[in-house]
Amino acid sequence: MKNIAAIFQKQMKDTFKNKTVLIQFVMFPILTIIMGKAVNLEGMPENFFCQLFACMYIGMAPLTSMAAIISEEKEKNTLRVLMMADVKPLEYLVGVGSYIWAACMLGVCVIGLCGKYTGEEYAAFVAIMSVGILTSMIIGAAIGTWSKNQMMATSLTVPIMMIFAFAPMLSMFNETIRKIAGIAYSQQISNLIGQIGAIQVETENVVVILFNILLALLLFGYAYKKSGLA
Amino acid sequence: MKYAVIMEGITKSFGDRKVLKGIDLSISKGEIFGLLGPSGAGKTTLFKILTGQLKQSRGNAQLLGRDTGKLDSEIYQRVGMMMDNFGLYERLSCYDNLKLFAKIYGVPTTGVEEALTQVGLEEAKKTPVMRLSKGMRGRLALARAVMNQPDILFLDEPTSGLDPATAAEIHELIRREREKGTTIFLTTHNMEEADKLCDHISLLNEGRIVEYGEPKEICRKYNHQKKLYLRLRDGRTLEFANDSSCAEDLKELFGKELVETIHSTEPSLETVFMELTGRSFE
Repeated sequence: MKNIAAIFQKQMKDTFKNKTVLIQFVMFPILTIIMGKAVNLEGMPENFFCQLFACMYIGMAPLTSMAAIISEEKEKNTLRVLMMADVKPLEYLVGVGSYIWAACMLGVCVIGLCGKYTGEEYAAFVAIMSVGILTSMIIGAAIGTWSKNQMMATSLTVPIMMIFAFAPMLSMFNETIRKIAGIAYSQQISNLIGQIGAIQVETENVVVILFNILLALLLFGYAYKKSGLA
Repeated sequence: MKYAVIMEGITKSFGDRKVLKGIDLSISKGEIFGLLGPSGAGKTTLFKILTGQLKQSRGNAQLLGRDTGKLDSEIYQRVGMMMDNFGLYERLSCYDNLKLFAKIYGVPTTGVEEALTQVGLEEAKKTPVMRLSKGMRGRLALARAVMNQPDILFLDEPTSGLDPATAAEIHELIRREREKGTTIFLTTHNMEEADKLCDHISLLNEGRIVEYGEPKEICRKYNHQKKLYLRLRDGRTLEFANDSSCAEDLKELFGKELVETIHSTEPSLETVFMELTGRSFE
């Protein structure tokens, strides 16, 4: 537990000095506030920007930051030094992961506050988002673990992040894209957020998300077996 | 137990490529041991096997009495390590870098200030690592490596790329650690460093140990010429056989205070390595 706490604190200090990671956490909450205040078109769905940016946030922030942090630590050998100090891989992943999760959840709370949700709806929004963030984090961890350095991680992260972050937005405009994007957890999260306060959760939503989590875990397991953490 | 490290018949292959070919080695507790070899000789592989990062293909390796394939928390708590690229958090300050490991090792955070003072970095306490010189980074990495007061300290190329003055500072810190009773295992391709620091060295070439012993002893062993060169104050250079036959002549020259310098023909470690392997060290 002390190792997890030490890594959490290290990550918190480091992130404040790492602009590329920090911007991931604050960009979409700020955009949601600005766009929500500045744009109010007639016929625009309720909580439009909140839903749009929430899904982008899920696809980008946890995925890119997790991959960036792990790959940087691998490249600069800091992860190996941690392992040699008897930090277990799981402790490291939980330490970094819990920090990213907490930072992202703060952003989620801000985005949620921009939506016109009741208390119960707000709680549902936060709960749905937390599942999406967790899924993205596992994918990010798989990419970071697989990659030998930051450059490799970036080249893998960008296309994957684009798919998960932009699929829900593009599916608003095209039915075919909507059908295809239906296999992605970010699309299902988007659907669930869109259904908050209206319809109950459908089996498809849960099955797809669970399948995505399982796939992400398998990918991580493969990456860990192939490359290891240090 | 007398030995901190024992290796018997260590072999390591990557696919068809044999990187280590039957290494036998014992390192006594409290000594500074140097593993010397050019790039690609197998130093890092051996280093990784010893620290449990890699498993040998064959043979037996023990660190502090424990099989290196079964190192656990108890052993890791007694091991310090300094990597060749230091592995420091660039954006964090010197203090925060050490504080992280103080927490991991369960050392009181008051020990962080003490460690920074010991390596002369107390004034750079709040400076981010990215703004430190390479020498300062080296000292910080060393401070971190000894934070848990290890029984054995692994140093991978500790002074690589450092200027002579900074390297000397690192050497002093290493000697201080040895005085505390810490066993030190260092890899280097700097022969002068090995000569100055190490109690014993092994010369590694293409996965094999080609020579082992005390640095001075190795040089004496390969002194084939066995001659003495005396430079006199009048500018002449005289050559003598390095045995009792020249005792009278030397006595006379020294008695008349004619001798300016005296040199023996012992080769450097680098020359020994070249003789043994037919290749240079770089």
